[in-house]
Amino acid sequence: MNTAGRIAGERAGVAVRESLAGRRNRSVAAGVFLGYLLLSTVVGLVALAVLLATILHDGLPYVDAMLFTNSPSADPERAGARPAIIASILVAVVLIATALPIAVGTAVYLEEFAPKGNRLIDLIELNIQNLAAVPSIIFGILGLAFLVRGIDLGPVLLAGALILGLQMLPTVIIASREALRAVPDSVRQGGMALGATRWQVVWREVLPAAIPGIATGSILGMSRAIGETAPLLMVGAATFVSFNPGLLTQYTVLPILIFQWIKLPQEMFQGLAAAAIIVLLVILVAMNGFAIWMRNRYERKW
Amino acid sequence: MTVDPTSETPPAAPSSPVATGGGLATLSVEDRPAADALPLDQREVVFDCEGVGVRYDGKRALRDVDLRIHANAVTALIGPSGCGKSTFIRCLNRMNDLIPGASVDGAVAYHGENLYHPQVDPIEVRKRIGMVFQKPNPFPKSIYDNVAFGPRVLGMKDQLDDRVEQALRRAVLWDEVKDRLKEGALGLSGGQQQRLCIARALAVEPDVILMDEPCSALDPISTSAIEDLMLSLTNEYTVVIVTHNMQQAARVADMTAFFSVDQGETGARCGVLVEVDRTDKIFTNPAHERTEAYVTGRFG
Repeated sequence: MNTAGRIAGERAGVAVRESLAGRRNRSVAAGVFLGYLLLSTVVGLVALAVLLATILHDGLPYVDAMLFTNSPSADPERAGARPAIIASILVAVVLIATALPIAVGTAVYLEEFAPKGNRLIDLIELNIQNLAAVPSIIFGILGLAFLVRGIDLGPVLLAGALILGLQMLPTVIIASREALRAVPDSVRQGGMALGATRWQVVWREVLPAAIPGIATGSILGMSRAIGETAPLLMVGAATFVSFNPGLLTQYTVLPILIFQWIKLPQEMFQGLAAAAIIVLLVILVAMNGFAIWMRNRYERKW
Repeated sequence: MTVDPTSETPPAAPSSPVATGGGLATLSVEDRPAADALPLDQREVVFDCEGVGVRYDGKRALRDVDLRIHANAVTALIGPSGCGKSTFIRCLNRMNDLIPGASVDGAVAYHGENLYHPQVDPIEVRKRIGMVFQKPNPFPKSIYDNVAFGPRVLGMKDQLDDRVEQALRRAVLWDEVKDRLKEGALGLSGGQQQRLCIARALAVEPDVILMDEPCSALDPISTSAIEDLMLSLTNEYTVVIVTHNMQQAARVADMTAFFSVDQGETGARCGVLVEVDRTDKIFTNPAHERTEAYVTGRFG
């Protein structure tokens, strides 16, 4: 290689090296942004960790058999959360029996059968979206006016569960519609092309394929309802219930019992409240974990 | 175990309740002429289309199709994109009914009965005229349940196992899947999935199989398997296939219909049928210049 050629080559090499070096300020900006993102994440995680640590520290000593077997009592030594735990389970059962079928039915109708571009259908869809944004206390007022007083159900567990179900409807409807929409149209076309009716295709193919998504949305909606307090205060959930509740009796649920215990002056009740929070958290984490497991287990790539 | 589907004896004619009712009850398997016994244009006319057109939301996508489709033959519909060949094939089993805003005009006579007569139930039509789609669309369940879906919804539940096996044999899939009928259909290869979809259509014992670009998502080996299958199916069925692939039409079709796009004065594009004839004539000596330009690759 001649000299001129070598020099030219070295110059070109320098130019390439410089162009590859990049601009320092860009990497600084990227670093700052990355730091901000990390910090944001850490703030959330630390807050959660502190909360959990505090609750566990305060509550764990009180998580014992008595918490599950005894009724609330003025004597913190004997107080338990049995009626509230039973009521929370009953509420979940009522939600499954009432809100779930209505929500899934609504979703199937709107996704699979409703005429597209119909004014009335559009209005219903808009309202469902809006319903999801209504504050929970408003649902409580509705429950009080319509269920407790309107049809004179009284401040019973059924009234509270129904109003929680109403509040849960939009969430589950929207999640179920998403799940149904994720089933490709080719499945419907394939079924129809075999001479199946629309109903047969929906019942035998589309709905089963959408079940995992529907179940996930339903469990998430239910876990929100189980942790809900405000609307139940409006419809008259009692704070002190020492008997096992039924559908048509007075009741208290875990979040309200926690609220009640925290207000009491004795320090032991603070510990009991923390213990009840742990019970509630375990239930909710289990429900959400199950939903996530279902989603991962049955998620389908089309 | 032989897999040659031509050696299978056809199952007994469906005397099940689904074959009755509607204006289409006159059809039965015995009425079909023996395969290849007659020259093509003397065989029974399965579809006689007159002035068929389709509009989507008022916009015309296809007009004035006059076309006869004969029994026990493969009829290929070819043409450039947007020429309305897929739109047309969907008129033959009223699948266009499922598209909001689609309307069909003209008359499609199926064994002499107008498919678009108000008293004709599209569900009954689709029982007799099966369809296979561009992309394999097995249901997300087992291989067995896929094939059994049609018989189950149509109430043909007797000897379901035999029915499923017959359908899978005729679709030349039995030997590949007989040991894993309970496994998910989505685990099959693309070519196997498409043959499963064909088996699924065959299981309800249709008269006609419509195929809308059945090989466009498949590799050459799977394509070849499906093409062999189409040829063997003409022993018992009438096959109509839409294809982008002219070689495919030349290989499998007895009759070929060439569709093209007309541009109106307003600039609106609309599909038309240019020419229909025996496949060898379409590819070697077409009557229309447009057909010749297309099949020789000078256009589209």
